[in-house]
Amino acid sequence: MTTIDIPRLPAGRTLRLGVSRVGYEVKTYFRQGDSVFFTFLFPLVMLTIFSVAFSEQNFGPDDAPLSAAAYYLPGMLAAGLLLSGLQNMAIDIAGEKSDGTLKRFAGTPLPVLSYFIGKIGQVFVTGVLQAALLLLVARFVFQVDLPTEPQAWLTFAWVFVLGVTTSAILGIALSGLPRSGKSATAVIIPIALVLQFISGVYLTFTQLPEWLQNVASVFPLKWMAQGMRSVFLPSGYETLEAGGTWNLEGVAIVTAIWLVVGLVVTRMTFRWIRRDS
Amino acid sequence: MTSSEPVVSVRDLRKTYGSFTALDGVSFDIARGETFALLGPNGAGKSTTIEILEGYRDRSGGEARVLGVDPGKGGLDWKARLGIVLQSTGESGNVTVREQLTHFAGYYPNARSVDEVIAAVGLEEKQKTLIRKLSGGQRRRVDVALGIIGRPELLFLDEPTTGFDPEARRQFWELIERLKREGTTILLTTHYLDEAAHLGDRAGVIAGGRLIDIGAIDELGGADARVPVVRWRENGVQHEERTTTPGALVARLGEPDDLQVIRPSLEDIYLTLVGTYEKSTEGALL
Repeated sequence: MTTIDIPRLPAGRTLRLGVSRVGYEVKTYFRQGDSVFFTFLFPLVMLTIFSVAFSEQNFGPDDAPLSAAAYYLPGMLAAGLLLSGLQNMAIDIAGEKSDGTLKRFAGTPLPVLSYFIGKIGQVFVTGVLQAALLLLVARFVFQVDLPTEPQAWLTFAWVFVLGVTTSAILGIALSGLPRSGKSATAVIIPIALVLQFISGVYLTFTQLPEWLQNVASVFPLKWMAQGMRSVFLPSGYETLEAGGTWNLEGVAIVTAIWLVVGLVVTRMTFRWIRRDS
Repeated sequence: MTSSEPVVSVRDLRKTYGSFTALDGVSFDIARGETFALLGPNGAGKSTTIEILEGYRDRSGGEARVLGVDPGKGGLDWKARLGIVLQSTGESGNVTVREQLTHFAGYYPNARSVDEVIAAVGLEEKQKTLIRKLSGGQRRRVDVALGIIGRPELLFLDEPTTGFDPEARRQFWELIERLKREGTTILLTTHYLDEAAHLGDRAGVIAGGRLIDIGAIDELGGADARVPVVRWRENGVQHEERTTTPGALVARLGEPDDLQVIRPSLEDIYLTLVGTYEKSTEGALL
């Protein structure tokens, strides 16, 4: 055997290519009509439907009325995290696996890490735009009072960043589940939908049966929604939560555990291609 | 790695899927700068061979070296020196031709200029069109463009011209000739024997997972397979004679009707090779 003198690739290219991938991913995301509707605009559509349908209803006590828009805003923000991250990533990557995109990458010097940076960056950019759009519409169309204390926005920032990252990583981890790109939506959307229904996004969490609350508490969406409620609902609503507290420590811990689970599963299962298919 | 060492070296390559043997001891070398055509019927093992060398599949046995590296263990540095045009692609293609090439050029340390590559594959007019809106043949040209954008030392072309019209195929041939002049080593599989004859320096014929012949394009099949055929008609009856001295035969015949001297094309030789192989394996099965 001879010695191999293959020229080394320049250092720092993983990050540079990751940034280049973010731009590419965001561009292609917005050119894909169905993903824009089902992941990007969906929470906004739902917020609008609830706000209009229940416009006459008061969701708060008589002395401190709360509009439907204000009541549903935190849930829709949490749903946005789940859709932009988990649902979008799982379907997107399953599709790229089956249409040959990943096979092409496997034959290029693109580092897997740059690909992931691109994906997570795409989720982050679209998630931020989605949240901004939800907040703007809530504020200026449905006249929802947004918090003014910096503390509340600080909580929003960490719940958002932790939530969107966890959701994206879990989506990458779940992308191996569908057997083909065509079945991806059929496999992933029901998972996301069930999670939304049991996690207090569409239905009031504390009105669910206790066993269902316990089941939902295993998964991260319930905690992300709780974190968002702590930011946007009046402080009096804290007593309505399970245990009468926003339990932000719980939000951080459970979400972070899922982040680690997602990273481990991704590390163990993600391959550009199945080598012996 | 010295320049005299083969760019691709394969010894006794084997690949089995369960009880099915896809490759049964294939050996060949490809020298630097050479264009090697791998020919064979569908399912003969061409793509299995090329995908093992590209690092896509594991081998079950034997040795393989590509640019001095075991393709099963090639890292990013190794991939940066390869160009791969896969047999089929079906990406959604929500980017334009130019965007895609510019993006992929960034993956390589010494990429070709995007303009140059777009011109080389003849897609100047379509460079601002989304890839998904291109015709099949145009998309195939994008595949070829992506295969050469990184200025590869070794280019894999797995049935590159499927779906090309004759003009596009000629253009593609010119492009490959230019790459050859620049010293690119090429491994080509194709169903078009005229393409193999035009582009290839050497060829291997694979059937049933085995290399049944290998050699320079104009020596494939051995001297016997190349014996010309003289065809003519006499009194309405078709005659045909294989002879190593066609000139003498023609001189003897004078001016018969429909006189033709036919040199077996690569296609004729290939079909004879594969046909003979298939007959011999049928015999073995009985």
